[in-house]
Parts: sequence; structure tokens; C-alpha cells
Amino acid sequence: MALEPGASEGNIIVLVKPTPDINKVRFDVERGRIDRSSAELEINPFDLYALELATRLREILGGRVIAVSMAPPHAEKALRDAIARGADRAILLSDKRFAGADTLATSYTLAMAIRKLGGFRLVLSGEKSVDGDTGQVGPEVAEHLNIPHASFVHRVVDVDEDSITVESDFGDGYYLVRLRFPALLSVSRPLTFRGESLEPRIPKLSDVLRSRRARIEVWSADDVPGIDFRRIGLTGSPTRVVKAFYALEEGRRPVVYKDPEAAVEEIIKVLRSRKLLR
Amino acid sequence: MERRHVLVYVENINGRLNTSSFELLTKAREVADAFSGRVYSVLLSAGDDPFREAREVIARGSDVAIVYRVERELLPNYLLHAEALTSAIRRTRPALVLVSATPWGRSLAPRVAARLGVGLTADCLDVYVDESGEIVQVRPAFTGNIIAHIKTSSSPVMATIRPGVFSPPKPDYSRSGEVILADEPLTPPEGLEVVGLSRERSVRLSEASVIVAVGRGLRRREDVALFEELAKILGGEVAVSKPLVDSGWFEKERQVGFSGNIVRPRVYLAFGISGAPQHIAGMRDSEFVISVNIDPSAPMARHSDIFVVGDMYEIAQKLVNRLKAFKSYESRN
Repeated sequence: MALEPGASEGNIIVLVKPTPDINKVRFDVERGRIDRSSAELEINPFDLYALELATRLREILGGRVIAVSMAPPHAEKALRDAIARGADRAILLSDKRFAGADTLATSYTLAMAIRKLGGFRLVLSGEKSVDGDTGQVGPEVAEHLNIPHASFVHRVVDVDEDSITVESDFGDGYYLVRLRFPALLSVSRPLTFRGESLEPRIPKLSDVLRSRRARIEVWSADDVPGIDFRRIGLTGSPTRVVKAFYALEEGRRPVVYKDPEAAVEEIIKVLRSRKLLR
Repeated sequence: MERRHVLVYVENINGRLNTSSFELLTKAREVADAFSGRVYSVLLSAGDDPFREAREVIARGSDVAIVYRVERELLPNYLLHAEALTSAIRRTRPALVLVSATPWGRSLAPRVAARLGVGLTADCLDVYVDESGEIVQVRPAFTGNIIAHIKTSSSPVMATIRPGVFSPPKPDYSRSGEVILADEPLTPPEGLEVVGLSRERSVRLSEASVIVAVGRGLRRREDVALFEELAKILGGEVAVSKPLVDSGWFEKERQVGFSGNIVRPRVYLAFGISGAPQHIAGMRDSEFVISVNIDPSAPMARHSDIFVVGDMYEIAQKLVNRLKAFKSYESRN
């Protein structure tokens, strides 16, 4: 599914994952998955940085910012938020057949939707989602689209008509990477753009009001041409949670000190017995 | 049981093999032995002597080392590594592929999984073979409150493994193994140029043997100097809890917690850290935990071996004074 060269009219696509507030939501241990039925969904915090970066890049590169999500119907509110935060257009991939997708099926579905949209320069996503915490969807989408990607991007150093130069965390150090368009970036925080620190904006009231009237385009699997139904949702997902349980709080049995002198003596003793005093 | 093999991707970005890749070899050996299979390693080499790196992985339990030779300037190109790993998987047809869950590994492994159309499990804490002979991957979910056991129906099973959860094997340079210098050329991917190293990492908490961690009890940014002094005397590193990063006082590199660094030092000293689950998830495997908190009911107590109810500044200052005296005494004798 390689992209046709020269097909780029220069839109910026932002992958937005509507996620539950992980402090409020329940985990369904029986079924091994997050119980999303009751939880209100908001944009994954990492994706807010991707969205902010997208609006900055639009000022330089032109084109439109298009937010794309795969989520249940009640995620519509999160997509309105994306509009309030500067997206020109929002697409919600919502269909029972998409449900139960792991990162492989999710990335395939998103990539097929991006192909339908066509004409993009960049795809942006957050480094990972707060609920799934895999960080896999970005690079997997890039692979399905056969475009280069950079993960854990902390700095956008420069951008021109044809390419973008970023600093990416490789683990042993930060490396400078230049990607020719079309390309995908997974962004981390803190995030800087040409030396300026980027923070997600707080939408103005007028933008919030405007977003309420905005049309959120809802696409079902039938709206995505050429999609292979065996590769989406639960059917297209090779990984399965077979069991899940609460992590046992092992806990330790602390010796408690209230007298500072005695505490310091004991700490010194521990450090010495562990040969940490040279 | 049918013989099945395990393939380990060995990370080599800059000419030094990443030690977290060696940790994978411990687990690979165990799983391969359960299947009476072989342990393969795949790596890229830009050195003059590709056998040097091969010897290292064979000494740590690989039966076969597959080496792809590349020009030095192409070594940090992760898409080239993805090519090599894909090609090695097609060549060896393993049952299980392990990649270290470093930022590099978490960028590269998803590309390979998507190319092969197989499942990938992120940031695993364990992998085992169950009674029916199937591979099970264990990973934390939900800020570590939930432990999920995951099976993959596609083949090979692919997992990234959190660095530090397995001990690296002791090298045995008398072990023999096969070295394959892969002759198929790797095509440099289009559209990506890794220009080079831009900044070194300033701190590596995952490797520190002593960590002095400070939390919300820190009243002002500059007060950290006291704790830096303590860390310096102990040959350790200063770390912080999430609120101190969120407030912009410290870089994320210094953050311990589920969303920061997972650490397991020999001694973890926590000053003014209450012990939110997200913090505990990052330090619970420390060998010995000492915490100081003004609040006797702080959850941190349950995760400490020594819990001092008191003022973090006072205790830290007393420790510094005592250790300095101890040091000067030692140096005089």
C-alpha cells in the first residue's frame, strides 16, 4: 500500500486516541480489558502535543489539519475537542467490526483511512496512549503506509517544503533525524518546536462554541474502500489477553524511626554493610 | 515437543552492543531449551571485525549469530535494522522474537511486526511456555496495577522486553557457536537520514546503584543541591517523582515512575515522596528502600525497609555531615 509519489497536497493528519481518565476508569479483570462503557473519553494527553505541533506546522506548510480516531461513538466529544484545539476536520472511525482491535488491527484500520484521505505530508501521533501504553500504533501505521517514521521525538529542529528534521530519543542518546515527506512522527513531552517549548493550548470559548457546531464525520468499515475485513477488529488481532489480575502489593515491612539520630546511624550501617561507602 | 527456535535482536546503534540485549539472551536460552531449539541472535556490525560482536553474543548463550555488515554512517539507521531483523526472521523461522523495550527497540519492533502482519506485545516483564507448550507474554497494564498474560495467535510471537527485568548471563568465551555473515545486501530505506548523535543522555537512572529521589517535599528547586551532594558522596544519582517534572523543575530523564524510568538500584533513598502507585511502579524492585517523610501515614512506608518519620532536609543534612566525617576519617587512615 505504498503511496503514490507527488500525491501530496500537504495535509497534516493527527492520530487522536480518545482515552478514559485512567484514575477513574475500571479494569474488567474477567474479560481482560478496560471497561470503557461508563468512562468519559478525552484526548490522550500525548496526542494533545501532536495536535499542537500540527497547528504550528500548518502555519508554515499550509494544508489542513485532520484529526482521525478509531473509537466508540461516544468519542465524538473528544473529536469536537480536537476541532476546538485547531483541527480543520475530524473523522471518527466507528463500527462494531472495529472493536477489540490490538495494535496491528488498529494501525491497519487507521492506515487504510489515511489512504482514503490521501494527499498528506505528515502523520503525527503521541508517543503512546495512557491506557494501552504500547507506543506501537505510530510506527505500525508508518509501516502500513510504507513511509519513514521517527519515534520519541522531543524536538522539531527544522522544517521545509520537502522534509522535517527532528531530534529523536534512541535510548542511548538523542539523534538528529531528517525525514522526507510523507512521514510520520510520534511525539513525546517535553516537546520543542524550533527552540520554543510547546504546550497544548487551552481552547478559547469561541473555539469551543464553534466546535459544537462542527460536523464530525463518522466512517464505518464500509466507508473505507479496499479494507480487508479479516484484518480489522477482533478478527484481525493476533494478540489476546488470556488472563489478567491485580498486581499483588508485595509490600515491605519497614523498621520505623522517629529519632533522627538513630535513623541516621541505621542508614549509615545499611550503606556500610552493602559496601556503598568507599 | 517440536524443536522451535528463539531469535534475539541485539541492539548496536553506535558500535557498542546494548547490555539490555544480553538480558534477553537469558530468557531466550530458557525458552529455546524448553523447545529443544536454538537461540539465534541478529545484529548489525560496522566494525572491522564482525566476529568480535558475534563472539560476545555466543559467549552469552547464542547458538548462532547472524551478522549484517553495514557502513558506519548507516549503523544508527533504525529502518535498516528493521530490514535486517525482518530478513533474519524469514531466514530462521523462529517461534519467538525478543527485542529490548528501549526507545530504539520500541520504534523498530512495531515496523517489523506490521511488515510481517504479526502481533507484538509491548514492554513485557516475562515470557514463559505454558503447560500446553504455548508462549505466554506477561505485561503490566494500567500504570502497573494490572498484570496481563497475553498469547499471540500469529507466528512468530514477538515481544519487547523491559530492560532490567532479567539478569544478563555471565559470558563464557569458551562456548562455541556458529557465525553467519549475512550476504544479502540491506537496502537503505528511502526518505530517512539519521544525521547523527545530537545530545548524550545526561543521566542513566536505570544503571545507578544508589538513587537519591526527591518528591513534593522539596520546597524550592535550588534545595535539590543538598540531595545532589548526598548522591555524589554515595556515588549515586538524583531522581525525582512525577510532580517535580510536571512543574517543570526537572527533566523527564530524572523521573522515576511508571511514565518515567523503571529503576532497581541497590539502595533507593526517597525523600519527601508520598508513594503514589505510579511512583511505586518505577522503584518497587529496588534492593533496599529507605524513605523519609514527615507524614507517618504516607503509602511509601509500605514499600520501604527503613521508614523515617521526620524532616527530609534535616535527615539529608545529618547524613551528609556524617558521611563527610566518615570519608575524611577513612582518607586519613
